[in-house]
Amino acid sequence: MVKARAIKEMLLFNMLRLAVIIIMLSFFIVLYFLAIHGLKVLSIPFLIEMPRSGMTEGGIMPAILGTFYLTLGSIIIAFPMALFTAIYMTEYAETRSKIMQTVRIAVNTLVGVPSVVYGLFGFAIFVKVFGFGVSILAGSFTMAVMLLPILIRATQEALLAVPNSFREASFAVGASKWQTIKRVVLSSSAPGILTGIILSISRAAGETATIMFTAVTFFTLSLPDSIFSEVMALPYHIYGLMTEGAFPEKQVPIAYGTTLVLVLLVLSLSLTAIILRINLRRKRKW
Amino acid sequence: MSTVFERELEDLKGKVLKLGSMVEKAISDSIKSLVERNSKLAADVIDKDPQVNAIDVEIDEECIRLIALRQPCAGDLRLITTAMKITTDLERIGDLSVDICERALELNEEPPLKPYIDIPRMAEIAQGMVRNALDAFVKRDSALARDVLTRDDMVDNLNLQVFNELLFFMIQDPRTVSRAVKITYISKYIERIADHATNVAEMVVYLVEGKMIRHMAVPGAN
Amino acid sequence: MSEKGLKELKSEVKNLNFYYGDVHALKNISLPIERRKVTALIGPSGCGKTTFLRCVNRMHDLYSHNRYEGEIILYPEGINIISSSIDPIEIRMQISMVFQKPNPFPKSIYENVAYGLRVRGIKKSQILAEKVEKSLRGAALWDEVKDRLNNSAFDLSGGQQQRLCIARALATNPRILLFDEPTSALDPTATSKIEELIIQLKDEVTIIIVTHNMQQAARVSDYTAFMYLGEIVEHDKTDKIFTAPSNKLTEEYITGRFG
Repeated sequence: MVKARAIKEMLLFNMLRLAVIIIMLSFFIVLYFLAIHGLKVLSIPFLIEMPRSGMTEGGIMPAILGTFYLTLGSIIIAFPMALFTAIYMTEYAETRSKIMQTVRIAVNTLVGVPSVVYGLFGFAIFVKVFGFGVSILAGSFTMAVMLLPILIRATQEALLAVPNSFREASFAVGASKWQTIKRVVLSSSAPGILTGIILSISRAAGETATIMFTAVTFFTLSLPDSIFSEVMALPYHIYGLMTEGAFPEKQVPIAYGTTLVLVLLVLSLSLTAIILRINLRRKRKW
Repeated sequence: MSTVFERELEDLKGKVLKLGSMVEKAISDSIKSLVERNSKLAADVIDKDPQVNAIDVEIDEECIRLIALRQPCAGDLRLITTAMKITTDLERIGDLSVDICERALELNEEPPLKPYIDIPRMAEIAQGMVRNALDAFVKRDSALARDVLTRDDMVDNLNLQVFNELLFFMIQDPRTVSRAVKITYISKYIERIADHATNVAEMVVYLVEGKMIRHMAVPGAN
Repeated sequence: MSEKGLKELKSEVKNLNFYYGDVHALKNISLPIERRKVTALIGPSGCGKTTFLRCVNRMHDLYSHNRYEGEIILYPEGINIISSSIDPIEIRMQISMVFQKPNPFPKSIYENVAYGLRVRGIKKSQILAEKVEKSLRGAALWDEVKDRLNNSAFDLSGGQQQRLCIARALATNPRILLFDEPTSALDPTATSKIEELIIQLKDEVTIIIVTHNMQQAARVSDYTAFMYLGEIVEHDKTDKIFTAPSNKLTEEYITGRFG
């Protein structure tokens, strides 16, 4: 009797272990594969030079810069709105009202909308109607719209994680609502909010469909000089190299190299998020 | 409310009542031993007194234990503290019965002085006071307890009457002094028994009404 | 109910009724609160004692659908603090509360105590430091934490955290201090330290304490009110309540025959 149970336990445990091993293996296999094909292209010049000779030589600097501008822009636009919305939803609004229920449904739905839909939306509104043209501005706005639901939800989770007892303690000492939010709620949820931002950044960095119609082009002669310029971006660059290039022998390795850069970028951002969260958490543990 | 505690309180009441009935019997037996000149009965009462003392101690210890372990409040607290005090008075009544018996033993060796009329009457009243006070304790009847208080005067007056009568005897005939004095003692003992019964009744009033009326003048007292 | 001179009362509750939405939670509560004394509220779960306590510092205003009727008069001004024309934040600046589960902020010990002061705009570090020390001494915590004021409040034990919350409540010089079952989450040693503290504090501030532990009410309070089903059943000096209560229901509750 006992033996059978022990065997079952062991079986289950090993199945779980196997699942984890498979996942870890897949991760390392992908990295390894990318590394094999991409490492030979990776170098400092690769990162800081302009592409030459029809994308067959040189570096990917404009793509890196483009990704940077787009990401920065979208966060700057999306974050304040997301923060205020989340604060309103958690701290001020009547949770059971019809309006709030509608907002919640809307946010949850938008989180799952495919990015190409956002891309088309951005094209129609920002590029055409607002007249920004294909530009950093249009791309940032479009990306911001895509990030909003994600950021709102992440921020909301962080705010909700702050125990109500802190709020009550603050009120009981005579603080006003906004003082309580500023001094207690926001400062306690900062790690969670920061994590949300960083994860949004890494999501934004890897987006292709959102920026495809709104910001990027395959090749720019020079670095962008204003927010109305078109840019190159890492994900789109990979796409372009693999599908439109005339010289695959030279261009495929560059594509792999670019992919490697993108993956490493996203990885390091995620790691930063984790480390930051651990550090900030330590000071605020409750 | 712990059922254990409920049971302990019931047991406590039972012990007090048991002590009460032992003491009541001691009173009646002691007077009987005097009136019927039954020295054996008197000796019996004296022998049984250690039992009375033992229960007194038992009740005290139990009350202290209950206070320590059960943190009683309000009515329960009053029950336990009055039980302790009532027991003290009952034990004293027991001792007084023993005193009566000792005098009876002595008197039974000598020729009777006069028929006992007032003494048994006093004793009956006093015994009734003790019984009613204990009834009031069990039934939590403060009206009955207050009634007990009014009878103390009767006993006091009878005591005075007995004393005056015996004084007359002693003046008339000095040979009666030894016996007469012993009888006045007995009368005094009974008067003291009635006083203790009064104390018990006052404690019962505190138990039921929460008011201390001890040492306060009872309406109609002299 | 108030035969006392106004000098002796800190507050008086007159016909207080309170509604959670449609639920009539407190029914015609009338109660004097003596100045610089401890008034305890006891009663079985759900009797309304915490609801009543939270009326005194208007915590119910934080949630919707709550309604007050009647008066809670604060002396010596004689104003009704539950009137809708009075700002609840003003009230909470003068009436502080300590909660059942210790709830220090995730900040340093120093910042926890200074919080109430900062919120009132006090910024000068010297003033803050003085008041923080005074409050920590008042809460019998100074000696234990004076060398680690910048450590997180969560480094402290449960009992110390609760004393920190008391210091935080004291820092703003409240006129009334409310305790909502302050020791129910603590071990006996911590509990008795806090009870001693409450007895000391009452010389400076009027205290109302809700407790489900009757012995605590007996140990700590001068006056006790017994509540049942949203009403005050009996209110009297503590020693009278615990030796000879006037009301039969009170007697039954105190001797543990119900609740």
